[in-house]
Amino acid sequence: MTPNNKTDQMNIVIVGHVDHGKSTLIGRLLADTGSLPEGKLDQIKAMCEINSKPFEYAFLLDALKDERAQGITIDTARSFFKTEKRHYIIIDAPGHIEFLKNMITGAARAEAALLLIDANEGVKENSRRHGYMLSMLGIKQVIVLVNKMDLVNYDPEVYSKIVDEYTQFLAQIHVTPKTFIPIAAREGENIASKSTKMPWYAGESVLSLIDDFEKEKEKDNQPFRMPVQDIYKFTEQNDDRRIVAGTIETGSITVGTPIIFHPSGKKSTIKSIEVFNAAAKQKAGVGGAVGFTLTEELYIKPGELMCTQNELQPKVGSKFRANIFWLGKAPMIKDKKYKIKLGAARGNAYLADVVTVLDASSLVSDTQKIKIDRNDVAECIIETIRPIAFDLNHDIETLGRFVIIDDYEIAGGGIVTEKISDENTVEKGAERRNFTWTKSKISPEKRARNMGQRPCLLLIIGKQETEKYDLGVALEEALFNQGKTVYFLGISNMLLSMNRDARRRNTEDRDEHIRQIGEIAHIMADAGTIMISAISEIEDTEASTLKSLVNPYMVKIIANGNTDLYDQKADLIIDTQASVQDRVKTIIDFLNSEETFNPKEI
Amino acid sequence: MNQLDKLEAQSVYLLREAYKEFKSLCMLWSVGKDSTVMLWLTRKAFFGHVPIPLVHIDTHYKIPEMIRYRDAIALEWKLTMIYGENKTALDTKQTFPDGAIDRISCCKALKSDALKHTLSGTWPRYKLNHDTQKYDLDTNTAPYTGVIVGARADEEGSRSKERYFSPRDKQNDWDVGDQPPEFWNQYKTDFPPGTHIRIHPLLDWTELNIWEYIERENIPITDLYFDQGEGKRYRSLGCYPCTTPVESTATTVTEVVNELRTGKFANIAERSGRAQDKEDGGGLETLRREGYM
Ligand SMILES: Nc1nc2c(ncn2[C@@H]2O[C@H](COP(=O)(O)OP(=O)(O)O)[C@@H](O)[C@H]2O)c(=O)[nH]1
Ligand SMILES: [Mg+2]
Repeated sequence: MTPNNKTDQMNIVIVGHVDHGKSTLIGRLLADTGSLPEGKLDQIKAMCEINSKPFEYAFLLDALKDERAQGITIDTARSFFKTEKRHYIIIDAPGHIEFLKNMITGAARAEAALLLIDANEGVKENSRRHGYMLSMLGIKQVIVLVNKMDLVNYDPEVYSKIVDEYTQFLAQIHVTPKTFIPIAAREGENIASKSTKMPWYAGESVLSLIDDFEKEKEKDNQPFRMPVQDIYKFTEQNDDRRIVAGTIETGSITVGTPIIFHPSGKKSTIKSIEVFNAAAKQKAGVGGAVGFTLTEELYIKPGELMCTQNELQPKVGSKFRANIFWLGKAPMIKDKKYKIKLGAARGNAYLADVVTVLDASSLVSDTQKIKIDRNDVAECIIETIRPIAFDLNHDIETLGRFVIIDDYEIAGGGIVTEKISDENTVEKGAERRNFTWTKSKISPEKRARNMGQRPCLLLIIGKQETEKYDLGVALEEALFNQGKTVYFLGISNMLLSMNRDARRRNTEDRDEHIRQIGEIAHIMADAGTIMISAISEIEDTEASTLKSLVNPYMVKIIANGNTDLYDQKADLIIDTQASVQDRVKTIIDFLNSEETFNPKEI
Repeated sequence: MNQLDKLEAQSVYLLREAYKEFKSLCMLWSVGKDSTVMLWLTRKAFFGHVPIPLVHIDTHYKIPEMIRYRDAIALEWKLTMIYGENKTALDTKQTFPDGAIDRISCCKALKSDALKHTLSGTWPRYKLNHDTQKYDLDTNTAPYTGVIVGARADEEGSRSKERYFSPRDKQNDWDVGDQPPEFWNQYKTDFPPGTHIRIHPLLDWTELNIWEYIERENIPITDLYFDQGEGKRYRSLGCYPCTTPVESTATTVTEVVNELRTGKFANIAERSGRAQDKEDGGGLETLRREGYM
């Protein structure tokens, strides 16, 4: 980076208990670095005079009227200043507990933090809570500023007492601050230059110490991870590329690298790295918002996690242990369906168990609590409805954290600490269902022999909507005329084509519909019937879900023409050029070859 | 990655997130430098395509070059180009230049009201026909529920409190005191019917970043930002009755970048040439609450 060309920039957040001087410090930093718009300071001072209010630096930042009236920082205002070394964006995070979500919003954008403690008031509840939140948010560089030293006559004793007490607290949550600085923000002591009022303090001023914060190291040498944000195909614009798009969280990748998507487990190889208006790239690295084409076109949905095949693989499962902070108005409770977002994945999740609820300011834990209240921090077990790909937070930070949505709002955030083996998958559910099912006196074998057919689900897949519907109906009729017990379920078309727009398909709904079709097919097969159904496309995971639901009966997948989206081999692929009658015949031949009718042995 | 690469990647991420999550999405294009950079970033995000309609609010007091430039780019980049206006106010001359109302009320009528009704589809929208190169009445009157806006946090105090994804209720109201949390690149993309979301992909860009990026990417930008020989150029574009140029002899993007780097305007607000900001003690904030961008 040539210093004169590009500007180096760093985001710093200022946190601390209310009234401990955050806004004052920022105002002072802006004033002392000459970063205020011309006349702004005078304008605010004049306004104070008119209203006969004592001037506050905070007014500078409180640009919004209603904030000025209330006198507290509601939101995380951003201000800009620069030192010789770089540009800074300073984020003022509100200290009021009601505004914890704003504090988090501000802090999450920062690479480093300044935490203020009032020398006169000492360590308060939010001094501790904010310290804890910084560690959960993953902000590792922290300087603690002991403010308002003027109120305690610049007494080193007061200062070192606070330093000791707070260092002890931070040690419990595994945070080591870079340093402590005694300051008086309003008076400008130890802000831009070293104070003469505190000769006992050997360190540097705030401005010079923040220049020592390090830029976050790029996570180039971690395993490659890219949450698939979306899949693009702009066919209308005569563009045939099918582009897998996302932002690279960790690692790097080159053209030709074998890759795998989780949780689907689909594999392919990078064919190209797509860029607009620039030379083609061979390599893409951390932070890039990129797009790839693949050598084999897979049916991949947004939300999958793209990884290389030969590096550490993420975990795939539906149960994990997590530390959560809760911001929601309503508490987080068991048996309520929440939405989870982790990387690009979205799904539904439940709070399976609360292990302990921690008071983030006192660090006292409560193991009796069964819900997580607003502003609580808790260790808990989260269970997702469908399997999700993730990493442990201490392995790969950004894929080991998630947010929880409750009633349209982001209500909590959490970091994943451990994967837990799960028993609640569809397969396990189907096994349990088969186990608890009251058994009929007529065994499936007896029934099959008696009816002269082995029941199954015949699933016709293919792109042309009406065609495969016609085929299904014709097949039903042909089999019926041969005296078979057969039923065409037209409803799956309806269920699954409701969200045909693949880009915005609602995965949860689709999962539920697949499950319904599977359950219906299971009942029909249990009654001895051959069920025929048609849907436009099916994923490997969906096919295997169906198979486990219909088990012990068979699912036969019949592809009406080549379906490039279905990459697991279909049981039968039929030629779409042939007439419907011919295709029906091909299917019946296939069923005969599989000994579906008049089975000798079952 | 340098600073511009990072800003670019973040904006692309936000644009893709918006495109994925909102069915009825549009992007406001004032044809100024910021929203033009945003449009360019959209082409980056979607590999040369712009799958999002562009909405322009025509106050009819825009400097005429701006409209010519808008249509030229729209045709060249194959944009779905929509404009809306406050026809009644214009027809009855309820505007500041006609002397009937003050600047703030004029802004409210020609911009905020026009915008509100264009977005909701209650006033006519006009869509560029790429064959005839003329605007036709748009038959789509469905409201836009996601609106992408090129606001930057460093522009003005009230903008520094924006979220990347910022909900507005039916009345376009912005509840500054109760905004959704945003962290770990997760944003509010779930919302009840009746609300809509403003998306701000340029929130973290500064004026200098914008110009550095225009220079790096060679983005076509209207000439009004450059000195045409009179020692003046526009730093922020608005309606001509309310916009005054700054003293500057910069005639190229590079000269603008260098001028900004010297800190020449460090102590002068970027929008200081926009007269409406100064009225009412907090003009822009009042306007923003009512839906101004
Ligand atoms: N005596 C003294 N007062 C200060 C100092 N810094 C801030 N204050 C005052 O403390 C009060 C709260 O400050 P403010 O910056 O608004 O706190 P915030 O709530 O953390 O943003 C204001 O009245 C400030 O003037 C300081 O160094 N010395
Ligand atoms: Mg404050």
